[in-house]
Amino acid sequence: MERIDIYATHQFKTFKLRPGRPYPFGANHVHGGVNFSIFSSHASFCTLVLFEKGKDVPLVEIPFRGMFLDAQTGEPFWGDFRIGNVFCMTVFDIDIENIEYGYRFDGVYQHVAKGEPGFNRFSFDNILLDPYARSVAGREVWGTPPDWNNIFPHRGRLVMDDFDWQEDRPLENKLEDLVIYEMHVRGFTAHPSSGVKYRGTFSAIREKIPYLKDLGVNCIELLPIYEFDEFDGSRIHPETGERLLNYWGYSTINFFSPKAGFAATGKSKDGTMVVDELKTTVKTLHQNGIEVILDVVFNHTAEGNEFGPTISFRGIDNVTYYMLTPEGYYYNFSGTGNTLNCNNPIVRNMVIDCLRYWASEYHIDGFRFDLAAILGRDQSGAPLSNPPLLESLAYDPVLAKCKLIAEAWDAGGLYQVGSFPAYGRWAEWNGKYRDTLRRFIKSEGGIAAELSKRVAGSPDLYRGRGTSASINFISCHDGFTLMDMVSYNEKHNYANGENNQDGANDNNSWNCGWEGPTDDQGINELRHRQVKNAAALLLTSEGVPMILMGDEVGRTQQGNNNTYCHDNELNWMDWELTQKNADLFRFFKSCVKFRQAHPVLRRADHFQYYDTSGWGYPDISFHGTRAWYPDWSENSRVLAFLLCSKQAPDDFIYVAANSHWDGLWMELPQLPADKHWHVFVNTSMQSPYDVWEVGSEPLLEEQSHFFMGPRSSIILVGR
Amino acid sequence: MAFNAVSETVKPGVVKITLSGELDANSAGVFRSEIENVASQKPKHLVLLMEGVGYMASAGVRVLVFAKQKMGAGVDIFVVAPQESVLETLQLTGMNQALYILEKYDAARIENV
Repeated sequence: MERIDIYATHQFKTFKLRPGRPYPFGANHVHGGVNFSIFSSHASFCTLVLFEKGKDVPLVEIPFRGMFLDAQTGEPFWGDFRIGNVFCMTVFDIDIENIEYGYRFDGVYQHVAKGEPGFNRFSFDNILLDPYARSVAGREVWGTPPDWNNIFPHRGRLVMDDFDWQEDRPLENKLEDLVIYEMHVRGFTAHPSSGVKYRGTFSAIREKIPYLKDLGVNCIELLPIYEFDEFDGSRIHPETGERLLNYWGYSTINFFSPKAGFAATGKSKDGTMVVDELKTTVKTLHQNGIEVILDVVFNHTAEGNEFGPTISFRGIDNVTYYMLTPEGYYYNFSGTGNTLNCNNPIVRNMVIDCLRYWASEYHIDGFRFDLAAILGRDQSGAPLSNPPLLESLAYDPVLAKCKLIAEAWDAGGLYQVGSFPAYGRWAEWNGKYRDTLRRFIKSEGGIAAELSKRVAGSPDLYRGRGTSASINFISCHDGFTLMDMVSYNEKHNYANGENNQDGANDNNSWNCGWEGPTDDQGINELRHRQVKNAAALLLTSEGVPMILMGDEVGRTQQGNNNTYCHDNELNWMDWELTQKNADLFRFFKSCVKFRQAHPVLRRADHFQYYDTSGWGYPDISFHGTRAWYPDWSENSRVLAFLLCSKQAPDDFIYVAANSHWDGLWMELPQLPADKHWHVFVNTSMQSPYDVWEVGSEPLLEEQSHFFMGPRSSIILVGR
Repeated sequence: MAFNAVSETVKPGVVKITLSGELDANSAGVFRSEIENVASQKPKHLVLLMEGVGYMASAGVRVLVFAKQKMGAGVDIFVVAPQESVLETLQLTGMNQALYILEKYDAARIENV
């Protein structure tokens, strides 16, 4: 049976057309042609602009309203391809591999010049990228300088959305069971030492799956992978002469397209290959038990403020997409020039459409929202107590099993760690965990009391939301790497060309006695020990641990804590470190394995601080050098905690951290008669005695006391 | 270059299709029809001689997926002597996992049903 709407009704020049359908938005295949659909609340005129791939001038510009010829008779008549504010048209017989598309918009409003405040910024001179484009041409090969004279630099491409997923679905592992690895797609394999065939790409990730499995992580969190402009803000370093690029990618051009420059197939004529390549990577990761979380950036776009380029949203519907001041300037809560108007009902729908698209079409397991506090601001920037967007996301049926993680602050002073509107679903990057752990590790006094809350899942922040609301991290792409945190007191960002003025100053780091690289064996040993101390605490804390790419092998950024613009060794994973710092990798790997072997470290609900298992011990208790007497004093530099659970193989786990410059005798809590202490980790010892095989930890000769070396941690198992 | 797909029964249960030209959205239909013809013979091994294919787009990859689905799990599909760019496409789209990719026509393997 054939459909009745597959025949052209209109003709414009040589193109056969039909009034389109509003859903779905974007450019979608229909029988015999492509349906183009785009909306604007304030435009009154719209034209579809088609180019042949790579050409400088359009092939044709088809108005959505104007005079057309009847497709059968050739009679001229007036056509208006529009439903409400949605311009929609079906164009037949398009060569999908060879066409690029965009739109021109105009309205009855006065033209606003660049740099001037204004509301509707229509200009018929601009050709605009479809916000719902599924693939974008213009930056197909990373780092290739574009033709700056291109009248339409970022062009929509048509893709096929069918894919043979076989049985693949999002993995739906429990959040509390995740060990997250935060990485940059390009940085992961760009270094020659990676030894992969297509460096810096989605497909290269597949070649490194054995490494990820060996480390034991079961989730990767990718820095922005949708289309962004690496030449945004690009400049030549004044001293070194090298080109600095927008490397991290927090500058979105389009929310629905995977970055072609991250695909080995990006250079191919065919836009669908990029989509297929990423889908295949997700499928392969899932086959190996690894989830994928995307870092999504809905707080601003690459268009900047009134001086920025007009690529897409600004020229289509400026008033709808951006938060504007009463005078028509751009609010800047993101610190980058503009702020996306997320709680505007139309933009809200676009954000939901976007996330649903990634979850359903790419089988993505979760999302981490950059500067998420912005998502809770209303259209004039005021914080909302019940933000419609966050509520919608929390209750959305398609996203119901996705992880939702918020970076719960923004650049406008709205700090919401512990108070982010959660609706029982959202987790947060726990900035307080990072700060507390760093301050303890650098031997600041009096941190023990706060540390006790952080390792217990931060009940002071997340009581009522479970421990997995806390994404625990000590390092992330923003700030020092773990190795740099123990090698530098100060930031060293001169390589960014901003005179070291950029980047955070509150790093809570300590260099172990020398600033930067040194031959001193004692200092280097201490640095390794400090990294292991961090790992030991991170991986035994309740909540969800997140490891920064390379921390497991001591990756350094030479003290640069804001490497957003470096496409070089500063950011790239150096695979030779897996040999040089094999002791660190072994330590991380063992601790991850330990975590996965002991469910008590991954409990979703908070401790109750009393005996819930019938052993005669509370589920968690804190200790100092004396068992059962934690040291909460101002000068305290020691904390130990004992976990007791009836779930075998758990029973008893004792973790102690001594950040004092002297060794300490720790009185161990007494175990029931039939159980004895075994040592899993003792960072005072050199590898391979720093950590033991999970499940065959050696029995301690001395059961009542343990001597902890200076600045060290221990993990004991009672069985 | 015009696309061409010529099939031939090597022996009972083994069918080969010799492909030449560019395999993109325009020519994929020709390849697909040939697969459908061949499928009716219910072969055990489907051999695709691809030395003459200079370019394969995602439309071409989809015909290979279609072939796998149409033939069923019990049928082995061999891709023989693909050019460098075609091999790359197969690897990057993950198709190399579902197919047997051979540098040369290995009669012992291909014709052994």
